[in-house]
Formats: sequence, C-alpha cells, structure tokens
Amino acid sequence: MAPPADARLQLETVRLTALYGRRAVVKDVSILFPKHTVTALIGPSGCGKTTFLRCLNRMHELSEGGWVTGKVLLDGQDIYDPSVDAIQLRRRIGMVFQRPTPFPTMSIYDNVAAGLRVNGGRARAELDAAVEGALRRAALWDEVKDRLRHSAVALSGGQQQRLCVARALAPEPEVLLLDEPTASLDPAGTQHIEELCHELKTRYTIVIVTHNLQQAARISDYTGFFYLGDLVELGRTEELFTKPTKERTEAYITGRFG
Amino acid sequence: MSVRRLRRRLVSGLMTTLVGMLSFVAVLALLVILGYLVAKGASSLDWSFFVQNPVPAGQAGGGVANAIVGTVIIVGLAALIGLPIGIGTGLYLAEYGSGRLGWIVRFVADVLNGTPSIVVGIFAWTWLVRPMGHFSALAGSVALAALMVPMIARTTEEMVRLVPHALREAALALGYPRWRTSLRVVARTALAGILTSCLVGVARIAGETAPLLFTALGNLNFSTSVLQPMQTLSLQVFTYATGPFDEWHRLAWAAALVLMGLVLLLSLAARWMLRSRYGAAR
Repeated sequence: MAPPADARLQLETVRLTALYGRRAVVKDVSILFPKHTVTALIGPSGCGKTTFLRCLNRMHELSEGGWVTGKVLLDGQDIYDPSVDAIQLRRRIGMVFQRPTPFPTMSIYDNVAAGLRVNGGRARAELDAAVEGALRRAALWDEVKDRLRHSAVALSGGQQQRLCVARALAPEPEVLLLDEPTASLDPAGTQHIEELCHELKTRYTIVIVTHNLQQAARISDYTGFFYLGDLVELGRTEELFTKPTKERTEAYITGRFG
Repeated sequence: MSVRRLRRRLVSGLMTTLVGMLSFVAVLALLVILGYLVAKGASSLDWSFFVQNPVPAGQAGGGVANAIVGTVIIVGLAALIGLPIGIGTGLYLAEYGSGRLGWIVRFVADVLNGTPSIVVGIFAWTWLVRPMGHFSALAGSVALAALMVPMIARTTEEMVRLVPHALREAALALGYPRWRTSLRVVARTALAGILTSCLVGVARIAGETAPLLFTALGNLNFSTSVLQPMQTLSLQVFTYATGPFDEWHRLAWAAALVLMGLVLLLSLAARWMLRSRYGAAR
C-alpha cells in the first residue's frame, strides 16, 4: 500500500474526513503523494474523489456547509493549521477544473498573468517571461504567441483547457490538482493534456481525478480507488490495474460495476 | 395514424396563428402610440423647438430647450446618486446575500419596486422640499434615484448571478481573495449586463412625471440651478397637455415625441451593449 520510502515526501493527508454539514463524503483517508509523481484518483461518480481533491487546496471549505477533520501536510506543515492563510496556500497549489474556465473578459495574456498579478506588482519584463514560460510548459505557446492580446474565449476547448493549465502553472505552484481535466475535451485535446502530465511531473507533484481508467493507467505512477467516500485501495498503478488486492477494486477496473 | 398526424398539424398551425396574432396585438399597441406621436408631433419639430425656451401663453412658437436641459440634469443627477448605490446593493445581494440580511434587503427592494412613484414623490417632498422651504431639481433627482435603486439592485443581482460559478472557483483557486474575485472577475464578466440594466433603469425614470410634480415642480424659464425648480420633458408634457390652449397641445405632442425618442435611444444603446457582452477583451 505505501509508496517506497525513498521517494521524497511532499503532500500527505492524515485521516482526512470531509463533510457537508454532518454528512461525511470522504472518510478517514490517508495518502502520501511523493514529490514529482502523478497520482490518479479513480472511482464511480459521487465516491468523494473530487471532494477529496478540493480538500487539498482548501476549496472544499468554500462550499456551503463544507468542513474537514484530520490533516493535510504540505512539506510537513498542516495546511489546516490556523496560522496558514488559505489564500496564500492556494498560490502554492494550482488547480485545473473539469470544464475550461478562462476569464472571458481577459485576453490570453491577462488570463495567464492573473495569478501573478494578484500576488502584487511585477516588472513588465518579468511578467512577460513568466507568461511565456507558463504557456510553453502548457504546450500552448506556439499556437497563441501571435494573439496574446486576443480574447481567451476564441480558443478551442482543448486550447482553453491548456490555457487554464498555463494559468495554474504561472505562479510556480509546487502541486498541481487536476479535476477531470479532459472530461469535456475531444480525443486530440485529451492526448495533449495527458502528454502534458508526463512532462509536468518532472517539476510538479500532480494529483488527477479521472473517470477514465485507461487514462489513469497511461499517465499515473500511483492510483487510488475511492468508493462511497472510502479509499479502498492505493498502490503503484501497474500493480493496482493488474493485481488488485481488493475484490471491489477488481470489480470496478474490470467493469463489473460503477 | 394519418388522422392523428393531420390533427397534430392542425392544432400546431392553429396555436402558431393564435400566439402570432397575440404578439401582433402587443406590438400594434406600441406602433399605434409611436405612429400617433409622430403624426401629431413631428410637424412641430424644428430647430427652434430644440433651442428656444417657452414663450408666454397665447403667443405662437417657442421650444422646450429648458425642459431638455432640465431632463438631462435631473436624470443625470439621479443616476449619479442612484447607480452606485443600486449596483453596490446588487453586487452585495449576488455575492454575499445568501443570509438573513440578504433576504431582508431583497424583500425591501421588491416592495420598493412595487411602490407607486407618486408615493416616493411625497416622501421626497416631506424630507427635502419642506425642510428646504422650496421646490428644487435636487429633490426631484433624489426621488428618481430612490425609484431607481431597487430596480438597479435587483437587475444587477440577476446579471451577476448569470456569471458561472466555475469562474469564481477558478479565481479563488488561483489565490484571489474573495473581494477581488467579486470585483476583478465576477463583476467584470457581468459588466456589460450591469451597464445594460443601468441604461434600462435610466430610461425608465426619464419618463417619470408623478414624483417630479411636487419636487422639481417645473419651470417655464431656463434654469440650471439644482437648488431651484426645474423643468423636465415629462412635466412639460403634463403642463401643456392639461392646459387650455391649442398651441400648448401642439407643443405637448412634440415634447412627448422628443421624450419617447430619448427613451428609445437609451433602449437601443442597452440592446447594443447586451449583444456585445462576453465578446470583448481589452
């Protein structure tokens, strides 16, 4: 179950429980996310995997009635400690959502720069370099470099999603959370994002929620299977998909339920 | 099977004709009003009508320059007072108004929205005209602003609510503080809609007469002092239309036409803005 001890630890949840009011939707989940790896979270709809993801950057507490117990350790510090500012924290943990969410009133450039500007004023040249760097890492630079000042909503769905990746990367986060990032994309757009995951894990720790089992198998190092709010099984991806230890995991990945 | 199909087509055709006719009646009313205004008023419209002030009763000629300028001043001042309060309230209701206070504000706004405008005029008279000792354009503007605030607040709220929740979350996930998310992302995305609702609101109050009757009062002379009585187009129409002279009736039609044109222009501007929403980036 546990990842190898030599992997440098970055993000860890300790007995994390997420609730809406009195209803727990994630129960007592402890996971280690080793540095510079991709961890996929799979499971049927409503199993709590997205809620779990939203606990990792304290977005869950913004939902009506949302609160948590347990700990989330980022580089050893509990992000739910009262001394931690949730707003500052979210600048260290980037997030990309299910549907592309470019800011419609902003240009491509302003979208990518948004997370940098909110951190305070920066020199023009520095901003330019950061925007270009983020767009290159998101594999979008070549497609948009001649129309940085154009509206972001004119881009295709796949391009918009890579723009959102670039926007999340621009503030140089340590962790990248992806919530079903390819759910609304066509196969070409999906492939782009998957290739990105491979390249980005050399610099970032990635946690991705996905409905697509093949996708989890293709891009992740570790996979966790959620069911009804419980983490049923967690292991190296190739082991989980070939030799699952729990019967329920096997039933799910062979398509017998869910 | 074919009988059924025939019946279905028959009913469909009948209903289409029916709703078509009903909407024609609705449009017809507007066309008749507009047509009648043009027929009665257009002949009196010339350059001097726009640039001259009224002449004493019984004399021919004269214009409504004072009323046009007065309308712009009173409505402009009302917008200056009412729009910031209305927009602010609307933003508050949409972004933070889920609690009890939000419910109360929303309820009060809805009640105010349904208040007859003459009642608002009475309050402006009681609280401004009487203490000041005389009628004034300012009192008129305050009355119009009071009419405007609940309207703008509710429409602004609707427009801000149209902004997808996902955009809010995206901004918050980037490390935007809540207030900055509201202003930089949510309000800006809804900006075209908010400005449209402002224009519609201004157009609505531009034609109000009742709340001005005992606040701005009206003035046959040219005046730009907001502390003095001032003429507006709606008051001019009221005075002239209820007066005894044929010459006045003629001028009333022309003034009504000008007022209608002004409101039409504002509505067209609002339409145009709504169409270009979401389209523009800097």
